[in-house]
Amino acid sequence: MYDVVIIGAGITGAMLSRKLSRYQLRIAVLEKENDTAEGATMANSAVIHTGYDPEDGTLKAELNVKGAQQYEEICRELHCLYKTVGAFIAACGPEEEAQLGVLAARADARGVPYRRLTREEAITEEPNLSDGVTAVLDFYTTAVVYPWEVANACMECACNNGVELFLNTPCQAIRREDGCFVIETPQGDIQTRYIVNAAGVHAEDIHAMVAAPSWHMTPRRGEYYVLDEDAKPVQHIIFPVPSKEKGKGVLAIPTVHGNTLIGPNSDFVDDPDDNGTSVDGLAYVCANIGKTLKNIPLNRSIRTFAGVRPTTTCPDFIIEEAADVPHFIDAVSIESPGLASAPAVADRLIEILAKSLELIPNEKAVMTRKAPVVLAECSPEERNALIRENPAYGRMICRCCQISEGEIVDCIRRTCGARSVKGIKKRVGAGFGRCQGGFCEPRVVHILARELGISPLEVEYGAKDSHILERENRV
Amino acid sequence: MKKVDAVIIGGGSAGLSAAVTLKKQGIEDILVIEKDGEPGGILEQCIHNGFGLQTFKEQLSGPAYAERYADMAKKLNVKILLNTMVTNLTADRIVEYVNAEEGCVQIQAGAVILAVGCYERPRGGINITGTRPTGIFTAGQAQRYLNIDGYMVGKRVFILGSGDIGLIMARRMTLEGAEVIGVAELMPYSNGLPRNMKQCLEDFNIPLMLSHTVSKVFGKERLERIEVVEVDENRNPIPGSEQYFDVDTLLLSCGLIPENHLAEHAGIVLNPATKGPVVDDRYMTSAEGIFACGNGLHVHDLVDFVSLQAERAAEGAAAYLKNGKPLGSTLQIKNGNQVSYCVPSQFYPDDPAEKLTVYFRVRTPLDAGTLVIRSGGQIIRKVKKRKLLPSVMEEAVLLGKQMNGLTDDITVEITGEE
Repeated sequence: MYDVVIIGAGITGAMLSRKLSRYQLRIAVLEKENDTAEGATMANSAVIHTGYDPEDGTLKAELNVKGAQQYEEICRELHCLYKTVGAFIAACGPEEEAQLGVLAARADARGVPYRRLTREEAITEEPNLSDGVTAVLDFYTTAVVYPWEVANACMECACNNGVELFLNTPCQAIRREDGCFVIETPQGDIQTRYIVNAAGVHAEDIHAMVAAPSWHMTPRRGEYYVLDEDAKPVQHIIFPVPSKEKGKGVLAIPTVHGNTLIGPNSDFVDDPDDNGTSVDGLAYVCANIGKTLKNIPLNRSIRTFAGVRPTTTCPDFIIEEAADVPHFIDAVSIESPGLASAPAVADRLIEILAKSLELIPNEKAVMTRKAPVVLAECSPEERNALIRENPAYGRMICRCCQISEGEIVDCIRRTCGARSVKGIKKRVGAGFGRCQGGFCEPRVVHILARELGISPLEVEYGAKDSHILERENRV
Repeated sequence: MKKVDAVIIGGGSAGLSAAVTLKKQGIEDILVIEKDGEPGGILEQCIHNGFGLQTFKEQLSGPAYAERYADMAKKLNVKILLNTMVTNLTADRIVEYVNAEEGCVQIQAGAVILAVGCYERPRGGINITGTRPTGIFTAGQAQRYLNIDGYMVGKRVFILGSGDIGLIMARRMTLEGAEVIGVAELMPYSNGLPRNMKQCLEDFNIPLMLSHTVSKVFGKERLERIEVVEVDENRNPIPGSEQYFDVDTLLLSCGLIPENHLAEHAGIVLNPATKGPVVDDRYMTSAEGIFACGNGLHVHDLVDFVSLQAERAAEGAAAYLKNGKPLGSTLQIKNGNQVSYCVPSQFYPDDPAEKLTVYFRVRTPLDAGTLVIRSGGQIIRKVKKRKLLPSVMEEAVLLGKQMNGLTDDITVEITGEE
């Protein structure tokens, strides 16, 4: 019998797992995919918004501000990349400048720092701002992270504190028996006192297993271009002025490693798993980035991708115990700014749990994790010491991102380690570069097979059964 | 910091040829740095025949061609560091490399020759929408899986792009038992060498769909289906022309791009047309003492030309080590009518190379035309040409005495007149 089962190992589930792991509880996380952070956490703008945007009085406004304030420390404790790049909200014309005033007033009320820039001031820092931009608000504490890295690091930390993660474990049905829940999975039944529904775009399916929800999932897809790291059209995140209809609009986002994301659009999709890109969606991104920026080298795109936001008919986050099902708690509708809010979402969930669940601190819990070796961040002396100790750190595998065999092996062997080519890409970045794995993928397949003790034929690219190789063909 | 006369980055066809030439020019203290476990570069996975017709007057496989050069290098005691990656290069020729034995090492080079090769344009550089399943490979990646690692990547294959690697993989996968459904090419003409069109597609009845592209892919875990559309003269999809093929594998042969990461970080000026460095008639880049050759400079269609060009770059580097930079300043060699790029694209009118072969490509296929090289109003050379194809690299030879004393840039163009 578990005390708490968390359904979903995205940023919400992972952040909650880590924060709950400091208490003496038996906790399981059920994840239907073969890795953490495979849904909305894998494909979004990766921005830690500071909290100036959500409407007054919403959970989004409160939790965004509180969540963002925690991020830098969490990333430090978990050795995750966190880069403060700043966000320019670029207004075009008097009407939008008036909107900047509204945002500034909200920011003042919420204690979010910013500065006002004239066009002339802004253009010296961002020469590619479009000719239409007349004024800018700079939210200079805005940061970017790799959301999947944070989620995975949280889960690793949680698992080291005793949380059990079950991958490839979809939740098929939920029964109520003797005051607790029985969750049916292909691997057998799992009993628990509490359930937290952090199932992202599939949250309605999970809720419907215990009761009819008062909201409906209306997933929205967003598509992006990824530009080569040497094409650096912007230094800051560039936002258009947000609107109620179009949300945050099409952005340019410098990533932690210096690539640039251009996107997203926002299209309702019927299938919550429909994360394919579309001609119309990408064309929309191309057309609309021009509002705030010029000279965007979309011809230096190295990848396009799409993610699906877990939007519902409720405009705010839904973080509450289900009205008619005690001990079943939703963390639902966690769309933007869900990533930034995640630490505070977890705090709110713990407050709800604490109303009826005794939380006794676990003195042995460790809230940090061992720093991974990242050669690119080491001085030549540090590199040499590492290579002397383990020569695999001197064998470079990913040419574009300069990642060694040693770093790849480490990320397989860690708690919550990589089990697929994509898992390695998410953890160390091999394959993120301009050749997109054209060079390193065969070498990564070889290392995975060796480390996992399986045949290269069994190595998966990403999702379960996504085998890369068809058959042996030796002469 | 350790000093070396010349460092050659890359031990493939360009790097080995450059190393041999440097030794023959009397430059003894040289070092070749190769990331793989043996010299030869991409030739190691090119097990088909057809290499060496120009250089050795015989047909060799890729590995056999590489071995000839590796043997020459060995006889000349060329020092090759294997399993070693160059991680940084500065404009003042400090080369940083990493390997398991020595760790992270910085050396000061008198001259550097970039012989870094190229990479294949990935899916993200082409507009293919849809899901992101496994089963989509660049042609060279599938070639490595098959020829080096010994694994087939699929059963029913479609190929996008008529680049040579794609054509060769169409034949190779067919011979190994896969079914190759077809090849789509965005342009109205093939991008492969005529001999590969014949030997790899026609001989195996594999259809080539010109002015077609793959617009969308389907499948969650593994590729299941592709959408192919016809494109108009502006390369835009023609509505209603969609065709669907059920395949588990899509190979991309959509262009090779010089691997210019190191050059870019050293602040070397790149040519937007080739995506490799701009070089002068000695193959020197905008950074003094750093030279470039091979597919890292511009993508060649025959390895023989890579070897030849690397010899010229090595001669340039040797001359630089002995005498320093050429005298005076440079003039440009510009693309004229119908010419998409020229390499080298600079020369020294006061101190020209003895003989300069300018490599260029035409923009569209031409049955016939006249190559005209001019400087200002003066026509330097006029040569009749037949059957000019964008897939076939052309050359124009300029003699030092023709360049000597010129005061205007040189333009290379193809005119319609016979």
